[in-house]
Amino acid sequence: MRGGAAQVPGAPVLEARAVTKSFGEVEVLRGIDLAVREHEAVALIGASGSGKSTLLRCIDLLEDIDDGDILLDGEVITDPGVDTVGVRRRLGLVFQSYNLFPHLTALQNVVIGQVWGRGISRAQAEQEGRALLSRFGLGGRENDHPDQLSGGQQQRIAIARAFAAKPRAMLLDEVTSALDPELVGEVLAAVRDLKETGVTMLLATHEMSFARDVADTVGFLHEGRLVEHGPAEQVLSEPREPETQRFLRRLLDAHRA
Amino acid sequence: MDRRAERALARRRKARRGQAIAVVSTVVVLGGLAALVLTSPGWSEVRETFFDWEKFKEIFPEILVGFWLDIRVFLIVEVAVLLIGLVVALLRILRAPALFPLKLLATVYTDVFRGIPTILLVYLIGFGVPALELSGLPSEPVVLGGIALALSYGAYVAEVYRAGIQSVHRSQRDAALAVGLTEAGALRHVILPQAVRRVGPPLLNDFIALQKDVALIAIIGVAGEAFRIAQIDASLDFNYTPMIAAAMLYLVITLPLARLLDHWERERGKRYS
Amino acid sequence: MSKLAFLLIAPVFALAVLAGCGSDDDEDTSTSASAVTADDCTAEKLETLEAGKLTVATDSPAFPPYFEDDDPTNGDGFESAVAYAIADQLGFEDADVEWVVEPFNSSYAPGPKDFDFDVNQISITPKRAEQVDFSSPYYEAEQAIVVNNDSELADASSLADFAEANIGVQIGTTSQEAVEAEIAPSEAPQVFDTSNDVVSALKNGQVDAVVVDVPTAYFLTATQIPEATTVGQFPAPGGDQWGALLEKDSPLTECVSFAIDELSSSGELADIEAEWMSEATKAPVLE
Repeated sequence: MRGGAAQVPGAPVLEARAVTKSFGEVEVLRGIDLAVREHEAVALIGASGSGKSTLLRCIDLLEDIDDGDILLDGEVITDPGVDTVGVRRRLGLVFQSYNLFPHLTALQNVVIGQVWGRGISRAQAEQEGRALLSRFGLGGRENDHPDQLSGGQQQRIAIARAFAAKPRAMLLDEVTSALDPELVGEVLAAVRDLKETGVTMLLATHEMSFARDVADTVGFLHEGRLVEHGPAEQVLSEPREPETQRFLRRLLDAHRA
Repeated sequence: MDRRAERALARRRKARRGQAIAVVSTVVVLGGLAALVLTSPGWSEVRETFFDWEKFKEIFPEILVGFWLDIRVFLIVEVAVLLIGLVVALLRILRAPALFPLKLLATVYTDVFRGIPTILLVYLIGFGVPALELSGLPSEPVVLGGIALALSYGAYVAEVYRAGIQSVHRSQRDAALAVGLTEAGALRHVILPQAVRRVGPPLLNDFIALQKDVALIAIIGVAGEAFRIAQIDASLDFNYTPMIAAAMLYLVITLPLARLLDHWERERGKRYS
Repeated sequence: MSKLAFLLIAPVFALAVLAGCGSDDDEDTSTSASAVTADDCTAEKLETLEAGKLTVATDSPAFPPYFEDDDPTNGDGFESAVAYAIADQLGFEDADVEWVVEPFNSSYAPGPKDFDFDVNQISITPKRAEQVDFSSPYYEAEQAIVVNNDSELADASSLADFAEANIGVQIGTTSQEAVEAEIAPSEAPQVFDTSNDVVSALKNGQVDAVVVDVPTAYFLTATQIPEATTVGQFPAPGGDQWGALLEKDSPLTECVSFAIDELSSSGELADIEAEWMSEATKAPVLE
């Protein structure tokens, strides 16, 4: 599969067309149509189980979809015969529970995909890795193991690890949900940093303020369907669809309580 | 005296009392056991047959030399076991269709060789293989015995590896793939290193068991092996003391390993609390 | 209490036990002639395991020419016949003789026995006599060397021919000492647990030759490995006498010895030997 910059000019970086996915009897995604343009940050909001994580995992080819297509730079990546490993090397996925490799140091976590995946020389990968860790405020921590670090630090390392491959898009799966409240800020700052440098991203999140802050557009997933998708400010303040309204109201009540 | 000093003193007194009780109860129990044994009617006979100091002095050098053979067999077999176990575990875990017949073989192997007592395997291979009279097959009992032990323990160790690999959470594989590693790369760089760290204690456990089971090669007549030498001498003079001598030598190796195992498991408990 | 203290106590305890058993008292371990008479040794007077019964033990399987058909009760076979002759001498009827199985390795374990005496081709040695009682000897055994017919050793004419050979013997027999003393092979002999294992070893070529006592060799070559032959025989160092094994300080030892002595002097023992073991002594003597 040809890699590199967008093949079809003007084509979105990421596109989901009528994506359908079930786990056994349960239909988790029911025909999702979604596009993420270059430099755009799209936030996905919705209740747990609405399919946000599943969609991200499907895009990164960690799950097979049942129907529909997913495209990266205009090329279908969900067909049989596609180089799935190559696709994953062009995407960066950050997990809710960080999933750092516990037997490796912070720096080793960041470089492992580059050295053994993309065949970059260790020296170069480490140099770039150090720069990344520094950028996210982890300069002195490169030789620490994950169990010596806080959740916020671990998640920032995870972001650095995903970004080290200079991916076409970053996929962020509820990256602050597992963190203690006081640690959320540092991670959000890292994501904001990426946004400001123009990184294309699709992020699933619970944090409405974060969505408002970082995202260009917001999509609301409800029971496997993308019920509403529009500019962030509009969807979050004046949602058009009743389901969206209900969801946001419940969230607001919960915050107030 | 202020409250803090009072409390410290009380704690010290309590600790000392505890220690005193421990010492007294140990003396009483051990002393009681010793008295029970030493005053039993058959004691003098047992002492002469099992704890004959003259016989011990006489036979110990020979058994020590024999034990050196045990150690060598143990080291070689253990290496083989670790290799066989890893290969078989990987065959069972990997999902490539081309590997299917080997996968089947691996499953049959682990079931069969864990299901047959090791002593039987030593006997069957030790006597059965030479009976086939195929040229090129080994015929020395120590080699055949070693092969039997390796096959038997390889099956147990394969299961230990397999459990270890499967105990590494699925999310680690996901993360490895997400950073752009292949399945094989994920196994090699992420899953196996973690699995290997986890299987340390159970492997050491099997290690200790293997060290003891090396004595089983005696039944196929391996000359110069410690237990065998003890058996032969015992049957010649009707005195079991050589067995005690051999047992003590085994303890010299297994006791420190058992303590190491305990220490290791405690450390692990602390790390991944 | 510290672990260290415990670790110190345990081995000290063990050593104390060992050290406490200092010298062996060299008791009189002779199995020689009795001060008893025929009157003392009758079925009514003897303190057998079961009053009025004589319990005799041997191993299983029980091989020819010492037993036949693995059935000691039929009176066939050398040791079966000897046992019944002893019983008769002591005033027991054949029907009063009970047989039990006693594996060789446990026959000499300390503690009370399940038998009155044990006949199992057991050689009398002074060391053994410290742990158990032996009766007077009832047989003097020579050692025989057995090889496969197609072995180059089949033409051997002296013990020296076996110096480089791989030799197999059975555990607990005088054969091992005999091999080491008379042949002194460069490789130590391989010792097997049972006579069946010895036979297998020769059949499969694991060993070049086996050394067993002469009557056993006869049975081996006649029945178990027809493709093998007895090359020759030689005496074990110090001779090899078989006796009945009894519990240490058994009250029956003197009478059993007495019985055997009577059978010996009356010639009945020689008759039994001639009946069951004559074929056995035909191999040429090797030096």
